[in-house]
Amino acid sequence: MILTTLESIPGKSIIQHLGLVQGSTVRAKHAGRDIMAGLKNIFGGELEAYTELLQESREEAINRMIEQAESIGANAILNIRFSTSSITQGASELFTYGTAVKLD
Amino acid sequence: MVDLIILISLLALGFGFGQYRENQHYKSIIKRESSLRDIPAIASKHLPTEFMPCTTQLVCGNVVISIDFFKQFVSGLRILVGGRVSSYETLIDRARREALLRMKEQAVTHGASHVFNIKMETSSISKGQRNSIGSVEVLAYGTAIISYKNNCLHHS
Repeated sequence: MILTTLESIPGKSIIQHLGLVQGSTVRAKHAGRDIMAGLKNIFGGELEAYTELLQESREEAINRMIEQAESIGANAILNIRFSTSSITQGASELFTYGTAVKLD
Repeated sequence: MVDLIILISLLALGFGFGQYRENQHYKSIIKRESSLRDIPAIASKHLPTEFMPCTTQLVCGNVVISIDFFKQFVSGLRILVGGRVSSYETLIDRARREALLRMKEQAVTHGASHVFNIKMETSSISKGQRNSIGSVEVLAYGTAIISYKNNCLHHS
């Protein structure tokens, strides 16, 4: 599976457009991490736990998108975009979408 | 009285640690930026033909940075009078540059020469008292271009 933010894959041609594919996950931070983050809010600096948490969640969203693309017979996803939105206090949705295509 | 002492000590702690950490972070950002300068990050969608043949790879970098108590307090005061909120400006600037650097570092591990079509995403993670922003997340992502020509040059 080729993933790219470009509109085409250099040197390859698109045989078939298979439409939009998407993957999303909603994650909440757990209390232990929140307490540490509360302390960090006094001193400032990077919140490594959150960085990791969001990275893992984003990978999960990408994997879901790939699963969806595979199920419709695509071998590449073009024009990938990420988006984040906070649903409620303490939980955020990580969303990724792109165009599934079949390359030669 | 006790409340006032707690507030002042928190402000002092925030100011001291916050300034120290910010300076350290800026030093590391500037150092890493100069070492990664030979990997240009380009916002263009179209790949010039001279890069072909090549393979592509999706690369991302993200970071969550928190503001310190002193700056949050100062920005609270600033909101009363309006104008430039410089305490948040440095926070977001650091987050953006750090995210870009992490993306480039990931591109380096794949042996890429350029990163194309870069997009940035900013979101506030936790809201503190009075809905003031406690920390921001910045995600930078793009397509790393791994050129066969360049790889051949490096190996020979």
